[in-house]
Amino acid sequence: MCRSDRLRALGFAALCVVGAAQAAGVDYRLGREATAQEIAGWNIDVRPDGQGLPDGKGSVAQGEKVYTAQCAMCHGDFGDSNEYIAIAGGVGSLKTDAPVRTVGSKLNCATTLFDYVNRAMPFPHSKSLTPDEVYAVTAYVLNLNDIVPANFVADRDSLLKVKMPNRDGYEPFPGLSRIDGRPDTHNTACMHDCEKEVTVTGSLPPNFIAGMYGSLDDNFRGLETMNERVPPSADLPTMAAASGRDDVHVLIQKYGCVACHSPDKKIVGPAFRSVAEKYKGDAGAEKRLHKKVREGGSGVWGTVPMPPQTAPTEADLVAIIQWVLAGAPEK
Amino acid sequence: MDASERKPGRLVAAPENFLTAQGRSRRSAMANLLGGAAAGVAALVLGKAQAAGYAADPAHLPPHVPPWSQDLGKPVGTDPYGLPSPYERNIIRRLSPGLTTTSQSSVAFTPLQNLFGIITPNGLHFERDHNGRPDVNPYEHRLMIHGLVREAKIYTMEDLLRFPSVSRIHFIECGANTAMEWGNPAVPTVQYTHGMLACSEWTGVPLSTLLDDVGFDAKKAKFILAEGADGASLTRTIPIGFALNDVLVAYGQNGEMLRPEQGYPLRLLVPGVQGISNVKWLRRLKVGDEPWNSREESLQYTDLMPDGMSRQYTWIQEAKSVITSPSGGQHLLDKGGYYQITGLAWSGRGKIKRVDVSTDGGRNWRTAKLQEPILSKALTRFRLDWRWDGSPALLQSRCIDETGFVQPKMRQLREVRGTRSIYHNNAIQTWQIDAEGKVHNVQV
Repeated sequence: MCRSDRLRALGFAALCVVGAAQAAGVDYRLGREATAQEIAGWNIDVRPDGQGLPDGKGSVAQGEKVYTAQCAMCHGDFGDSNEYIAIAGGVGSLKTDAPVRTVGSKLNCATTLFDYVNRAMPFPHSKSLTPDEVYAVTAYVLNLNDIVPANFVADRDSLLKVKMPNRDGYEPFPGLSRIDGRPDTHNTACMHDCEKEVTVTGSLPPNFIAGMYGSLDDNFRGLETMNERVPPSADLPTMAAASGRDDVHVLIQKYGCVACHSPDKKIVGPAFRSVAEKYKGDAGAEKRLHKKVREGGSGVWGTVPMPPQTAPTEADLVAIIQWVLAGAPEK
Repeated sequence: MDASERKPGRLVAAPENFLTAQGRSRRSAMANLLGGAAAGVAALVLGKAQAAGYAADPAHLPPHVPPWSQDLGKPVGTDPYGLPSPYERNIIRRLSPGLTTTSQSSVAFTPLQNLFGIITPNGLHFERDHNGRPDVNPYEHRLMIHGLVREAKIYTMEDLLRFPSVSRIHFIECGANTAMEWGNPAVPTVQYTHGMLACSEWTGVPLSTLLDDVGFDAKKAKFILAEGADGASLTRTIPIGFALNDVLVAYGQNGEMLRPEQGYPLRLLVPGVQGISNVKWLRRLKVGDEPWNSREESLQYTDLMPDGMSRQYTWIQEAKSVITSPSGGQHLLDKGGYYQITGLAWSGRGKIKRVDVSTDGGRNWRTAKLQEPILSKALTRFRLDWRWDGSPALLQSRCIDETGFVQPKMRQLREVRGTRSIYHNNAIQTWQIDAEGKVHNVQV
């Protein structure tokens, strides 16, 4: 089970502010009673002691299926993807100069893995997995991290017994958790001759700014340069443009397409323009892409599958596919 | 006073005024990075040629009269919801190139270098989302409060707007503000070094009022879980002491409803605490007796120490300050010119008591003027008169809060926490002014 005794040592009771509560307060007669059914629908949090874990179970093998269809495109077949957040590997790296924060290397509680997948994953369609699927994916990710064996079945009881490698890796620090906590830095307000020698120890490498940011001119208000600078250039995103983008650009955001695709570069899936290039002059392409998006698939662009997309309305999907096949124009 | 001393202090915006419009996109910026030095040399030559200022049309200047003094202007109410002047359209939030892998779990930074006073305009408040920004329908939004309570309740927005309200000015700073600077200077301007920071007048219902309304169990309650209605349904643990003290369930931001980027229609406001605890699109509060160890308070948002241990539940944002002008990327043109040094100071533990400014890298300090109002857990604006003598300078600010805590030097922080803890970097920032007057992000 996940340890929380260290954190109890924080002495939270001392944080309580007495007197803020007005026991005999006004009866505002606002709001209404929440029914048990309403609470059950939203009461999804899972605590380290297991409180909140739902009925259900899932095996590593079942989890592999869910993971391959819903998770691998971002986290990689073995959870060690460099494209997105790695969720496996990195054990022992936390003391090094290049810590990798994964389920295996850093997370302290298996219950937290369940809670997070259940509420926030899969990234484009959160809360779409059943409790059994969440248990299964949790089992699979734990297995990817060599924390549980291949025959592991996750359920309410077994998750609590999982020993996470970094379960003892957390400590309280009252200096930042209590308003009266004692800080861990102790600078003084010296006013004169405070440093014997001042040396610049770090600066940005030459050409770094030009390479990463291009011009910084527009980061500043021309007026504050005493008319040395011109007004902002016309190609900046205008207020009107920001609020009235092309429909398709809104749609690909809305339906999460851009989580895996970009117009001009491969992310997880192919660039939209690569798709357009591939199907150039192919009269049946629109119909086939439509089916592919709706039903999902893999093989054309590698083994990473595209999950079925049910959210887009028919009209929106047609608009998106036509835009993609038109070469994903900016405007 | 000789002629040079009478000149006003001028700043030009940035040294890299040579790139074409395309050069601003991240894509071609990366291409330039990879493309070698040849392009860079050509660009520098161009830069000198274009350094001249704005060429005003003499026909618009005295003794002539500009067209806007002669023409009939636009009808009143042309813009029912007003917008900044088109001449201000470069005053925007920006994403830091290469910082995040997706544009939904990402951050857009407040342009602190462009702002006056202490209030962040609503359109410029930094935006940090974890599963993208939802458009919540306020007529269908509900707040559920349950757990260790006498009566679990559901409130509509209409209910919440009817409770007795309060308005208070507080900063919100992401726990990861300045995270990129732990090892070395990594970004060029104050927008990127400190721009996960904003300050607004927030209006809402004290959380204590709502906890009373549901009859929370004052004996057993130790923590509150706050949960968002976004795709992430992001959760954070709030200690009950904080919850009963000054936490707001907020719907108002600088006089209007919250912006969607700030959690429309409802967010938690936990003054002085890591930005992420100010849960946006707030849908649920649960009263409990143990902390929740959510992903955002275990895998992330914990401070990794050199020994591999992680400090957990490190809520408080300690005292911190930064000079916003002159700051990285700017260019001081006038040797001997007057420049006002100005910036912001804040503390998650209360009020700012004093801000000192050094122009010699921390050898000597002068105390800055603080602009009123000086409010608890709010930004405080400081200013100091300065005449740049034209020699290289190292500008720093150092604040002291009402607990007597003195903002640390970078090396003092590193001595205790190493360079990999990501969060809570409240070190003194150094801006180097070189002999040409160009301002650089450096560490000393």
